[in-house]
Amino acid sequence: MASRDDIKFLSNPKIGQKRKKYCRFRKFGIKYIDYKDPDFLMQFVNEQGKILPRRITGNSLKYQRKVATAVKRARHLAMLPYVTDLLK
Amino acid sequence: MKNYEVTFIVDPVLSGEEIKATAQTYVDHLKSEGCKIVHVDEMGLRQMAYPINKRTSGVYYCTEFEAPNGEFIDKMELALRRDERIMRFLTVKLDKYGVKYNEDKRAGRIGKVTKKKKADDSKKDDRRDNRRDDRRDRDRRPSAQKQPSKAPAKAAAPAAAKEEEE
Repeated sequence: MASRDDIKFLSNPKIGQKRKKYCRFRKFGIKYIDYKDPDFLMQFVNEQGKILPRRITGNSLKYQRKVATAVKRARHLAMLPYVTDLLK
Repeated sequence: MKNYEVTFIVDPVLSGEEIKATAQTYVDHLKSEGCKIVHVDEMGLRQMAYPINKRTSGVYYCTEFEAPNGEFIDKMELALRRDERIMRFLTVKLDKYGVKYNEDKRAGRIGKVTKKKKADDSKKDDRRDNRRDDRRDRDRRPSAQKQPSKAPAKAAAPAAAKEEEE
């Protein structure tokens, strides 16, 4: 019988752990969120065009506020829809 | 000096020259107010996310300028509001990061940043894949744990069979 030491590699020890969320703006040093770039802002809205909460995007409060402002501006300029279905 | 940016949508029904003339009117208007025009970005005809005034597309213009004070903005917005050729407009005060972003964008440096963003996306996708794999692993885990105990037995069995053959 093989020693029990190698058995721990047969199952992934990280399975039960939660992956740490992070703020992509802090991580990549993005300081300004452009409201004229709807493709980028699309990452922060759900299928109905609603702004996703921080608990899902992982943004820090500062940048979540900026994202929200940018999305609202983009909506005003008809770059993002106010209400829709099947956006993605 | 403060930096501003005004984005407006021109009616696409007008002819090309009229559209350009409309945009030029407001650029001239700003210049006459003593503003320094930093850049006029013609974003062109774009499909809109929802119809405005029964039009589904519009010609977007974005003008960045420096102004000594913000007193004339009301006047400019009033002119924009009265103009039938302008479907929608938005005036924004830029912070220092906004100014830098626009400079970088004009210099073509934002492409790198968007690449980063895209790399970020791909990472995200990878993560999702990994997560799915993890889930599969988790389902398999009980059997995986059983395997080591079985494997030596199997290994032993053929060996025994070989011995019998000999």
